[in-house]
Amino acid sequence: MVYRPLFQMILIAIIVFSSAIFMPQSSKAFSSQIIQHGAVGDDVIELQARLQYLGFYNKQIDGVFGWSTYWALRNFQYEFGLNIDGLAGQATKDKLVKASKYNEEEIKKKIQSGAKFTHYGKGETKKQKETTSTKTPAVNVPNGFSQNDIKLLANAVHGEARGEPYEGQVAVAAVILNRVQSPTFPNTVSGVIFEPRAFTAVADGQIWLTPNETSKRAVLDAINGWDPSGNALYYFNPDTATSPWIWTRPQIKRIGKHIFCK
Amino acid sequence: MIRSILLILLSLGIVGTGYWGYKEHQEKNAVLIHAENTYQRSFHELVYHMDLLHDKIGTSLAMNSKSRLSPQLVDIWRISSEALANVGQLPLTLLPFNKTEEFLSNIGDFTYRTAVRDLDKEPLSKEEMTTLKKLYEQASEIKDELRNVQHAVLENDLRWMDVELALATNGDPLDNTIIDGFKTVEKKVEGYSESSSDSPLVTDTGKGQLLKHLHGKKVTENEALQFGKKLFNVKSKSDIQLTKSGEGSDIPLYTLSYEEGEKRGYLDMSVNGAHPISLLVDRPLNKKQLSLNEGFERAKEFLSQNEFENMTLQQSTEYDQIGVYTFLYQQDKVKVYPDTVEVKVALDNGDILGLTAKNYYMNHKERKIESPILSIAEAKKKVNPQVQIMDDSLAIIRNDLGDEVLTYEFIGTYEDDSYRIYINAMDGTEEKIERLQKAERNFSYGT
Repeated sequence: MVYRPLFQMILIAIIVFSSAIFMPQSSKAFSSQIIQHGAVGDDVIELQARLQYLGFYNKQIDGVFGWSTYWALRNFQYEFGLNIDGLAGQATKDKLVKASKYNEEEIKKKIQSGAKFTHYGKGETKKQKETTSTKTPAVNVPNGFSQNDIKLLANAVHGEARGEPYEGQVAVAAVILNRVQSPTFPNTVSGVIFEPRAFTAVADGQIWLTPNETSKRAVLDAINGWDPSGNALYYFNPDTATSPWIWTRPQIKRIGKHIFCK
Repeated sequence: MIRSILLILLSLGIVGTGYWGYKEHQEKNAVLIHAENTYQRSFHELVYHMDLLHDKIGTSLAMNSKSRLSPQLVDIWRISSEALANVGQLPLTLLPFNKTEEFLSNIGDFTYRTAVRDLDKEPLSKEEMTTLKKLYEQASEIKDELRNVQHAVLENDLRWMDVELALATNGDPLDNTIIDGFKTVEKKVEGYSESSSDSPLVTDTGKGQLLKHLHGKKVTENEALQFGKKLFNVKSKSDIQLTKSGEGSDIPLYTLSYEEGEKRGYLDMSVNGAHPISLLVDRPLNKKQLSLNEGFERAKEFLSQNEFENMTLQQSTEYDQIGVYTFLYQQDKVKVYPDTVEVKVALDNGDILGLTAKNYYMNHKERKIESPILSIAEAKKKVNPQVQIMDDSLAIIRNDLGDEVLTYEFIGTYEDDSYRIYINAMDGTEEKIERLQKAERNFSYGT
């Protein structure tokens, strides 16, 4: 009789202690950010995993908040009586954490091993470790472009305009894209770049130098709509230009060493 | 003894070098021939396509039934685009050959616009028939001229590599048959581009009237610098460089730039009214601190501070430490797709890294939006029944013909993909269908 309360206390202590060890997944949950369409990262992986656990999401857990994740989240919000806004805010995240389990390590290991799994939920719990990787299995790409297109463009920009000011590099990328749009040039990025005698960097092989991060950023900006060239179709370096014809084009502006023209 | 060994070694060396040189020469030739072959293929394909184009336009003139005409126009459109691709493959960029390319593109535009429309409801008008006839004549002349060049090429065994060389050396060796032939073609086209300038052909749809809506009083360079100082958030305006755009610019622009350590800023603003057209800041980015959503708040705030009212988020995308946001103008709950603005936010400290408002200034105006004739239920019936509709709204979009139309926008899913579907709110035409892009596998993941 005397031992009873003590025994109970030990029992409670064991339960509390063990749950602290064996269920760390509910303690380390989302960061405080509101997750919205287009986001990338660990929070998105967790969001997708939890939605999958609950059966709302049956696509790849790739760490990119795309349309499938968006619809899954909205369905979840609808079923759980939340405000249907497609944003994972605090209320939504709390509901998710309460309703589902998430084991970061297990998920990441599975993703890394390349396993295509779309039925997360029956996994066993293990002790959890911090992972520091910020890479996700998938990345956002601008509409109509692949990473390879961006690479090819970055190659061209690097070969043509490395050492130019940043906006000069964006402008060179924009000229290539303007040419794709223009009726008087080929209709594809590769067609424009490899058009014989169009770019000196292509002619002398400098296009195959490894591009740096700056040229990649410049290409991304140009694809996303920035055009410092002012809608130019041509540019030339006045010090080295050999064709007198290029001087007859109406000039728009000069950026760094290049004159951009119509 | 030593002498003879040396002699043998030397002669072996000479034979070896000779053999190596011969191999090298052969390889070079192989590459040259390969390049030459590519040029030859493009050239002969071009001539063939021109021939075909001429023939097809001719046939279409004789056609009466509308159901036959539409596919024929599509065919012409396809061939003109192929011919254009062929031209692009030839080393002609140093030759002024753009008029011919424009001509091919004109044919493409014209046939596409007539082919996509319902010819039963709206048959070819008199003007359009005249245009078609004119195109037929022009195609005939170009075809003949190209045939001449082709003949010369085949008869005299001319090589495109030589053309390239002649163009590259750029002395005055331009009595090359191929170059002369193409110059003649170009002259011919130039001849009629003037006579048919009043034809209903439109090139560069929309681009010509770029930024017409920009009003406001002219600002001085000093005022521009003041404006730039505020936008760049720099202390002294003497750090900012200012240049004015040249005659080729669509509208007069001030271009401002400044440099500060590894940071570099750039701004295009209109001389009239001091509107920011394009802003770009580049600097090394630190570890991501802000979420995409917090970046969105920053972008929204920035827009409202800079005369952009009633903007609604259309798309947000995270690239490494950068958030890119597309905003649309919204008028009476109708999304206006032509009036877009993009904003770029650094997700390390929330700085605005960029703004591009070209599309906005190009299209923006107060519109009189009529109420839709179709109900939303009626419009839904026009959507492919396989598609599960998830979301709907009213939107103004620019259709294939370049006109602004009021539509119902449905976002729906079919199997694994999401789509945006636009149904004309007045007559139920299916104006546009877009498959929404998915994320791409990260090629550098796990490496």
